[in-house]
Formats: sequence, structure tokens, C-alpha cells
Amino acid sequence: MTAPGGSMPTYLGMPSFPAAARTAVADSQLRANLTHATRTIRAKRAGAVAELSDWEELRQAAKAIKDHTLAHLDTYLLRLEANVTRAGGHVHWAVGADEANAIVAGLVRAAGANGIVKVKSMATQETGLNEALAADGIGALETDLAELIVQLGHDRPSHILVPAIHRNRAEIREIFRRRMPGAPAGLTDEPAALAAAARAHLRQAFLSAQVGVSGANFAIAETGSLVVVESEGNGRMCVTLPRTLISVVGIEKILPSWRDLEVFLALLPRSSTAERMNPYTSTWTGVTPGDGPEDFHLVLLDNGRTSALADRTGRQALRCIRCSACLNVCPVYERVGGHAYGSPYPGPIGAIISPQLRGVTSPADASLPYASTLCGACYEVCPVAINIPEALVHLRAKVVDAKREKNFSPERAVFSLSGRVLRSPRLLAAAQRAAAASGRLVFRSGRIRRLPPPLAGWTETRDAPVPPPESFRAWWSRTRGGSGPPERAGPRS
Amino acid sequence: MSGTARDQILARIRAANRAVGLTDGGPDGAASGPRAEGYADADADADAAYAALARRYLRAHHDAAAHDIAALFAERAADYRAVVERVPESGLAPAAARVLATRVAAAPGPVLAPAGLPAGWLAELAAEITLARDEPPLSAAELDRAAGVVTGCAVAVAETGTIILDHGLRQGRRALTLVPDFHLVIVREDQVAADLAEAFARLDPARPHTLISGPSATSDIELIRVEGVHGPRTLHVLLAGGDQGSGAM
Repeated sequence: MTAPGGSMPTYLGMPSFPAAARTAVADSQLRANLTHATRTIRAKRAGAVAELSDWEELRQAAKAIKDHTLAHLDTYLLRLEANVTRAGGHVHWAVGADEANAIVAGLVRAAGANGIVKVKSMATQETGLNEALAADGIGALETDLAELIVQLGHDRPSHILVPAIHRNRAEIREIFRRRMPGAPAGLTDEPAALAAAARAHLRQAFLSAQVGVSGANFAIAETGSLVVVESEGNGRMCVTLPRTLISVVGIEKILPSWRDLEVFLALLPRSSTAERMNPYTSTWTGVTPGDGPEDFHLVLLDNGRTSALADRTGRQALRCIRCSACLNVCPVYERVGGHAYGSPYPGPIGAIISPQLRGVTSPADASLPYASTLCGACYEVCPVAINIPEALVHLRAKVVDAKREKNFSPERAVFSLSGRVLRSPRLLAAAQRAAAASGRLVFRSGRIRRLPPPLAGWTETRDAPVPPPESFRAWWSRTRGGSGPPERAGPRS
Repeated sequence: MSGTARDQILARIRAANRAVGLTDGGPDGAASGPRAEGYADADADADAAYAALARRYLRAHHDAAAHDIAALFAERAADYRAVVERVPESGLAPAAARVLATRVAAAPGPVLAPAGLPAGWLAELAAEITLARDEPPLSAAELDRAAGVVTGCAVAVAETGTIILDHGLRQGRRALTLVPDFHLVIVREDQVAADLAEAFARLDPARPHTLISGPSATSDIELIRVEGVHGPRTLHVLLAGGDQGSGAM
């Protein structure tokens, strides 16, 4: 599968998921931080969801609205474009990440600015906007607390909602003390003190910012309105105070009508931060004279989304509203954290989004559909009912298809050989005798701890049982004199 | 400038939807044959399919006849650490005067008052409190020096404890209620909608809106909610109604 136009920052030397996970699982501090945070939020989310007796109906309505929108995506995008333009905004289209970044850089320069303030946005993480702007001499200041922690720590985000979830309060205090200019001398690790330090640090930047860059949680086709859902007020600052506002939005973020917010604003806060409502939500439609930015630009981003749209099973991932509930319930995510997924989109949803946006050719992307136990907890909590296990299995098939022609696979050799052996009772009996003999000769512990290459992969994470001294078929013919049915059960060779 | 990108993306979307045999309703919906490029009735087609979408959720979780909607709003706004006081209409001016006097004593500075604020609301303000009008518009630095801001609202939502500003009369432009560290909101009981759906139906999407549920907060450190980051760190609500009696929540 190729994804024309689809590109994301390939985190340098990105290893495959199992390799990255091995390192992560060995980090006991990381595991403790993740366990603490995800368990806290899981219990709270369950409470917030239980408050609404019609949760399942809301979820099904959200799914239906998103599927409908995707089926008419061309129509709704044109409608959005017309309404944003009518309200005084400008609409740009970007096929790939580089194109989107170049549009933003051009707009920043046209505004005569050399820096921007940013609201946390998955779309610009995906396009690697900060790095692209830096190469153009434009500084990007992340203003979300967790993004700031990540940026100051020269780190990478590890969670969709809380990019610094892998850091505990003591680590955050250390990052602030070392890297935040003007951090208070006696800074404690109280979350309130850390939040206050971030407030003081960013205040002047907000008040003097010329250009703000945001994403959007929703874009309403009917009215041309954009919606940003947040907690801290940094989003309000970025979409209100600068003279120029640029919003980079994936084409799947669109909703047909204003009324649909009654569904999505009931689902999103409860699913992500386990709140009845998040502290702040901003909506704006084009420009409003005398209130907020005078210049508004909407950049509509494809970057591989239309490839996913062409996949009957995979396209359901485009319903995602980036709540991160699936990360918080995932047993795999809880143990390895977000970095192992090698993508801005970690966790179960990342395992089905990244390979679809980027294709399954790199080792990292080819390994992501396997980064799951298929337990189904993610599907259960998903507010737009994305069947993540189904999509994972589907993508595994794609990975296998992509590999098929390429090179020798011990797995395929073993299965093709076993196919031949199992079709022939004579070969099977011979194989069983050989296995029993080798089992008696070589293995005394009752377990095979390591098979030789090329079969070593099988015993990397599990023992193989030693073949029994006598097979059932051999036992049957010995005790029933060969007159029984097993010899006749299969087709004769 | 980006005409090519636009055409490419639209063509790819149409090809993708044709490839999976869809015209409407998603994988579960009725497909009525592949849609041609530039299909004349695309808009009507989308609208008809949209109108037919199943919405089995409850548009109201709280029946105003059976619930005390104003009390529910007061309780839920307080859940998110807003300070909520219920006052009778006649007690509004003294309550506002008391709240603002306490604030200015703690953090000296002018109090911002947007255009259209009813004169009666601030009728009993102590003489030493300076009111600042946003005419001509104040700079961001001036807003930052204010002790606080006092506004009305467009709608409130009981179910979620949310206050919605549409930044019209009595509310001021968005920066006014964002930069100061203290926000006093006066909500009339008849402005409280029971549920989200009812509240959204009362709004004009063409206006800018801010939905406020408690003071600025973050869950970014260990996924624990902490109040007070960039927006106003104190949100004080006076809920004014007929003869409800008064009391702090």
C-alpha cells in the first residue's frame, strides 16, 4: 500500500514496535508514571460516561454522522470552503505535509512575523510544522502545558491528549528548573505551582503574539465555524489575541451542521478528560470585526487521509475525534507508553492510523498492526465506535500481502511445509516419529527455550513444548491394532 | 494558488468513495450507485441523507418541569470550582458590589465593564472601584492590568455547568473575558437551558462563542485536574432569579 502525499515526521531511526517496546518496558519509572495516570483517568471516565443513560445512542449517532460525512466529504468540504470564505476567511488546500507547512510559512512571512504561538494540534504534529518553520527561521512556541514540557525537555509527545504523560511531577519540575527561562527559584513539584510557572512564562508571548496557529476539533460545513476544545485557556489566547490566525485541519474533521455539536460535545470531554465539559471551548466563523484576528486562514490537509478513505475497513479510523480513551484503556499502551509507536498518533488508534497515512512499507509501520492483544477494550470505549481490532486484523493482512513477494519468510516456509505434511497421513506419521525421537534425545526440561534460526523468532517470547514421546495416532494404532478410524479419517495419499 | 491541490483532493475523495461503492450513509447506509464527478444534485443528495440519519439519543436529559434547572446549573458549575451564589434580582447590585470590593482589595486595579452592561448591576459599587470601558479598545497590556471583568452571558447549560458567551452586548469582545485573572458572570435564571442541545439551538453560529465550565484548568500533569493556567483563575457566578433566596454554594 502506498499513501500518495502521506508523510509524517519519521522519528529518527524509528525502530519497529517490538524493538522500541523492549526498551520502554525495561524503564520502570516510565511504567509507574503510565500506570498511575491511565488508571486514574479510566475510573473517572467510567463515572462520567455512566451519567448519561443514552451514551450508546449518542455513540451510534456520532458514528452515523461521521460515516455520512465521509461518504459526502467532497460536498461538505466545498460547503465549508464557501462558508468560511463568505465569513471573511481564506481557505487553502494541502495534499501533503510539506505543502501544508509551506503554506503556513508563507502566511507567517506575509504577516511580517518571525514567530508563532501554537495551540496543541495533532495535524501540525503530523506535518512536523515546528521543524519545518524552524528551517525557515520561524520560531514556534508550544503553549499547551504538556507540549511545553515536551518542547522544553527536547522530548517527543507520547499521548494524544497529554503529550507529557510519561513524565511525573518531579521530572517536570526538573525540566522547568533547567530549561524554562525565569523559572521561580523555589519551584516545588506541586501541579498547581508548575501550572503557575507555565502561566508566568507564556504570559508575555501571548500578549505580544502576531500570529497564532491552531488545529480544530470540528469544522462545521453549514456555517463555516471552527471549534477548538481545550482546558487551559492557551487555545483561547492563540485564537483570540494575534492579528493573524492560521488553522491547519485534517479534511476528516468536518461535521455537516452546528446541531451536531450537541452530540460531539457530549462525547468528547467525557471520553478524553472524563469531564462533563472541558473548561473552555471556542468557536469562530471567519473574522468578526473588532473581536479577535483580522486575518483568518484555514488550511485543509489530506496527507494520506484519502488513501484511508479508499479502504472499506480502514476508513472507519477517519471517524476518530482524538479523545485518547483507547490509549488509556489499552494494556499494551499502559506498559510501553507512546514513544514505541514511532508516530504522533500512539496507542490503538495510532496503530491503525499511522500505517494507513504512511503505508506499511517501513519496519515500524509494518509492525504497528501487531502492537495489540486484540482484547477489544479500545473498541468498547471509543465514542465513535471505531472497531479497532477489526481494522488491526485487516491491516495485518495488508502487511502480509506487502511482504509476500519480497523475501524469504521462515513463517511462510513452515506453514507451507506443514500444509504438505498435514495433507498426507504417511508424511505426518513420519514427522511425528521424527519429532518424538528428537524430543527424547535433545530436550530434557520439558520445554524448548530456543529454536535455531530461522525459527528463533518463535521462541523469542515463548517456550515451545517438547513433542510427546508418542503421538495420538501412534498410540491408537498400537492399542487398537490399526483397525480404528483415525487412519481412515483423512484422505489417502 | 492551491487550485491544483484542491482538485486533487476532491478527485481522490470521489475516487475513494466510488472504490468502496458508497454514495451515502457510510458502510451501513443504502448505496444507490456510484456518484459521478460533479454530480448535479450532490448537495440535495447529502442533505436528504443527513436528514434521514438516526438520532436515538435523548435531546434532553432533564425535564424542566420535574427538575430545578437553576439549582442543577448552580451545583454543576460549582463542581468545577466556580464560585456560585444564588441571589434574588433585588440582591444583585449589593452582591456584585461585595464580590468586586473583595477582589479589588486583593488585587488592585480597574474593573472592566463591557458595553451594554445594565447600569443597575453595578449601582451599588463602592466609590473607590474604578470601572474601565473598552472604548476605545484597550490594549492587551491594559487588559492584563485589570483587577477583573464583570459580564453577562448568552446562555448557560445546567447539565454541564457551562456558561456560554456570544460576545455581544453585556459580554464584550473575547479578549475582555480572557486576559484578566478574575471573571464575574451574572446569569439570569431564564438564561439557563437544561441541556446542551437546547443551549446550542439558542445560539447564532455566525457569532464567536466561548463555552466556559469552571476556571482555567489543566490535566496535563499526571492526568489530575488542576485549576488555574492561562484563563481567569477565578470564575465567580451570580445566578439571579425571582425570589429564590440567596446563599453561597
